[in-house]
Amino acid sequence: MTEPRYLNDIKGKFPGTEAVLPEKIKDGIPAFDCPPSLILDIVKYLKAEGFNYLMNLCATDYKDTFEVIYHLSALESKAKITLKVKINREKPELASITPLHPGANWQEREAFDLLGVVFTGHPNLTRILLSCDWEGYPLRKDYSRKPDQYD
Amino acid sequence: MGILLDEAPYILEKMPGGGIIITSADWLINWSRANSLWPLTFGLACCAFEMISTNMSKYDLDRFGVFPRPTPRQADLIFVAGTLTKKIAPKLKKLYDQMGEPKYVISMGSCSNTGGPFYDSYSVVKGVDKVIPVDVYVAGCPPRPENLIEGILKLQEKIKKDTIKNNDRAQIFK
Ligand code: SF4
Repeated sequence: MTEPRYLNDIKGKFPGTEAVLPEKIKDGIPAFDCPPSLILDIVKYLKAEGFNYLMNLCATDYKDTFEVIYHLSALESKAKITLKVKINREKPELASITPLHPGANWQEREAFDLLGVVFTGHPNLTRILLSCDWEGYPLRKDYSRKPDQYD
Repeated sequence: MGILLDEAPYILEKMPGGGIIITSADWLINWSRANSLWPLTFGLACCAFEMISTNMSKYDLDRFGVFPRPTPRQADLIFVAGTLTKKIAPKLKKLYDQMGEPKYVISMGSCSNTGGPFYDSYSVVKGVDKVIPVDVYVAGCPPRPENLIEGILKLQEKIKKDTIKNNDRAQIFK
């Protein structure tokens, strides 16, 4: 099977993008480490290449950095791709892809709610699961839970 | 009419100032309360499905006079079935407050008894009794419908021991 064109094109078009080593990939889906500043452009390019469906968007805390992970798929060709973006833990900001994939709306709010990743350009970045007056971001590794009247 | 004849009070308490009437009223009120428990169903998680199936034809809660209501105004019992999160706890309190006296609470499943498998979670209330008073705790994860029926029978036993004198619930008679 020949490599699809976009896999090479991403690296050429977007400097700083690195393919994740094949031995690190467990699910067989090609993955790329992307620089935070380019994520909107890369998703836009992939959308033009047919990746029109955002399967999943989530964030992880690696103690020294946050990683936001995008799983995109193409409904026509059934191809899948993973994008990983490492962002600064002190100032976790990233461009929102909600204008391109409206399905990202609630998933970005979830990542904001539980990990505090700020998606700039999001139409309504408010807490989605926890109550509005919640303090802190519970899925951060350094979150310490304060007992309240329900504990 | 069977229940009425079987359980009619045959020992009457003697009290100064009309004992017979108090005892009979107690019995009649308790009998009617215990046999028409209308629950507000408050299904929160997996336990809710056991509660639903208890209400369905196989287990048929109707034969105990238990008939689910969608509004707290018509309910005198609330099944709290499932994981109570901190976000919904104030709403539970609000619904409980909207129910008319006398009101009873059955806490169904480990989650609503103690927090259950989510005891360590940042968002789960460690027991419904942190929010509202509970009459019967039904253990299990989830409890089978038989367990819930047992809980309802236990609550009926409890209601039948109620009395309108010295009753903490019925403040109006104090
Ligand atoms: S007690 Fe078990 S079955 Fe019931 S809501 Fe909790 S986890 Fe689900």
